[in-house]
Amino acid sequence: MIAAIVRTALVSLRRDRGALALSFVLPVAFFTIFAVIFGGRRDTTPKITIIAVDEDHSPASQRLMKGLESEAALVVRTRPARKQNAEQPDYTAESAEAAVKAGSAPLALIIPQGFGEHPIAFGPSSNRPAIRMLKDSSDPVAPQMVAGLLQKVVMTSMPDVLAEQGSKYFEQYAGGMTGEQRQRIQQNLDQLRQLQSRREARGGSADGGLVAIATQDVVGGKKRNPMVSFYAAAIGVMFLLFTASGAAGSLLDEAESGTLDRVLSSRVTMTGLLGGKLIYSALLAFLQLVVMFVWAWAVFKLDFLPHLPGFVVMGVCTALAVAAFGMLLASVCRTRAQLGPLATLVILIMSSIGGSMFPRFLMPEAMQKAGLLTINAWAIDGFTKVFWRDEPVSHLWPQVLVLLLVAAVLFAIARRLARRWEFA
Amino acid sequence: MNATASIVTPLRAEGLVKRFGAVTALAGIALEVRPGECLGLLGPNGAGKSTLIRTVVGRVIPDAGSVSVFDSPAGSRAARAALGWVPQELALYPRLTGRENLEAFGRYHGLPGASLPRAVERCLEWAALADRADERVSNLSGGMKRRLNMAAGLIHEPRLVLMDEPTVGVDPQSRLRIFEMIEALRATGISIIYTTHYMEEAERLCDRIAIVDHGRIIAEGTRDELVRSAFASRSEVIARFSEAGAGVAAWVGQRGGRYLEGTGQFTVQQPGEIATLLDAAAKAGFELADVSLHKPNLESVFLHLTGRELRD
Repeated sequence: MIAAIVRTALVSLRRDRGALALSFVLPVAFFTIFAVIFGGRRDTTPKITIIAVDEDHSPASQRLMKGLESEAALVVRTRPARKQNAEQPDYTAESAEAAVKAGSAPLALIIPQGFGEHPIAFGPSSNRPAIRMLKDSSDPVAPQMVAGLLQKVVMTSMPDVLAEQGSKYFEQYAGGMTGEQRQRIQQNLDQLRQLQSRREARGGSADGGLVAIATQDVVGGKKRNPMVSFYAAAIGVMFLLFTASGAAGSLLDEAESGTLDRVLSSRVTMTGLLGGKLIYSALLAFLQLVVMFVWAWAVFKLDFLPHLPGFVVMGVCTALAVAAFGMLLASVCRTRAQLGPLATLVILIMSSIGGSMFPRFLMPEAMQKAGLLTINAWAIDGFTKVFWRDEPVSHLWPQVLVLLLVAAVLFAIARRLARRWEFA
Repeated sequence: MNATASIVTPLRAEGLVKRFGAVTALAGIALEVRPGECLGLLGPNGAGKSTLIRTVVGRVIPDAGSVSVFDSPAGSRAARAALGWVPQELALYPRLTGRENLEAFGRYHGLPGASLPRAVERCLEWAALADRADERVSNLSGGMKRRLNMAAGLIHEPRLVLMDEPTVGVDPQSRLRIFEMIEALRATGISIIYTTHYMEEAERLCDRIAIVDHGRIIAEGTRDELVRSAFASRSEVIARFSEAGAGVAAWVGQRGGRYLEGTGQFTVQQPGEIATLLDAAAKAGFELADVSLHKPNLESVFLHLTGRELRD
């Protein structure tokens, strides 16, 4: 009896492709994605790309630059990528800041003039020049890692400087190691410990390290709730995709109920019908985005109104792209029952690699590139430009172009597939 | 030009063939509907009635043959404007009200804004749904949904209406209401094709009947013409046997009758022939539970022509 029940259930499962996909394909797909992102297929942490500018050009600063370049965890760029096969000039402090603002790198290190005269100190020093770290607050990880790596590079790449500075300290504080000298060393150590405690208490600024670092937010530092815009876009796009596939699913409902036949026996053509459904889905998606961002503005103090033009441009393009995506899914499926599992599978995969679940900058480079195959990535990049980087609407053209192109191509494919509903 | 030549035939189908893989749904059907006529398509499930209707609507492209609606090719804009289709399914938007459904289909047919409300009211009155017009379709009874389904097919005042089994799944009371609607419609002079596998519906509503089986029209005419062609002036004797079996079936066949599920069907010219039949059965050792004599109907015609019952 029990065996018969099990057998019946297994046969039913085998014939339900949607349930099979949800049971086996989706977990494996997600496992693979997470494994790739979080190190399952590599033995090192992802490299961080930084921009480095040497304004000092002293032996010490040059050795620090070499040390940074040889650091395995860093990709150091001293000049922009070649344009039309022409070498670009080295970054300056200004161009490095602009590059961070544009999202080319999560941070830039500026080694200031005069750094070589007092490169390191074993305690606070008011007159030594600090290395400037210009960072993008949307990436909370990279600045912390680079600050630590910078200290490590100094330790490993400048041992003679360390020894020289140590001797000076020894002469200065130890001398003949009299009792008074011991007391002074102890006092200094106490001061260092107190300094370290204060530093830890206020969040770990590295200005008391071997090299002084002055960290400066150049993107998002003044925003009241910096990550809200990212998550509003990221989560919003994912749910837009679900909504659009659900809305387009009405086409399958109508096909199953016979309403589609009746509609197509009137003056309405299949192109007109799909066009109407596309506009409806896009309106719905845009409305959903409005609700989400207005909520973020009202509750999380997102700077919504100053960015309204950019929001409208990105909102319309994103809504059209997700609506066309929904139309394509619906036209691929035979029944509503097929659509549910397929939409879940495709949307969750797109959302995970496209940055809706976790930021793409945390992913390996190959994964970041793969993410560009998704609507999510382009939409999130566009909204990030608007709300995070405060870029003008004219800078949105790559995202606008790609999303509109995606919308057109997906709709064209959906129209082609919908021919099966037109005539038997 | 004479007057007859100027009358446009509402529907003319010639040599229609449609295959779906190995299944031949239409096997060379030719059909004509005359102005103001209600033509019944009578046949069992799977006979090809719905495929024929969908071909007329333009939703099925035939492999061979042609269909014209008021001299326009099926599926053309003019043909679609002239046709009203009441599909077998409840092709409605369940979350919309009855009025909203009619408005939607009216707009799909291009009814201008001024005439749309009048068309909606006319259809609601015809379907006796004016008092339930603003209720969601999902809340209506099965019979009301059926009536609304019919009304949606007539919103644009078509000249030829195709009704594909409009009484499927409704209770007897609702069926009578639907009959009244169709009779009211017929009184306006509109042409109708009415498909059904209910003999009594065809007999009540249709001027002419085409019997469809295996994708062919196997007989066509008025009810009386069909009966006369199958049975002439003979009557039908139905003999129910106490015990069913192969021997009984063979005996019925030898006597020129048809055997189906314990019942033998014979035709007789004179009532006196019944006594002969009873004697023969007794001599063969078969006991009869009851015997009845009646005039043949469309069911008898179908059984006579195909050897099967209409509701197989």
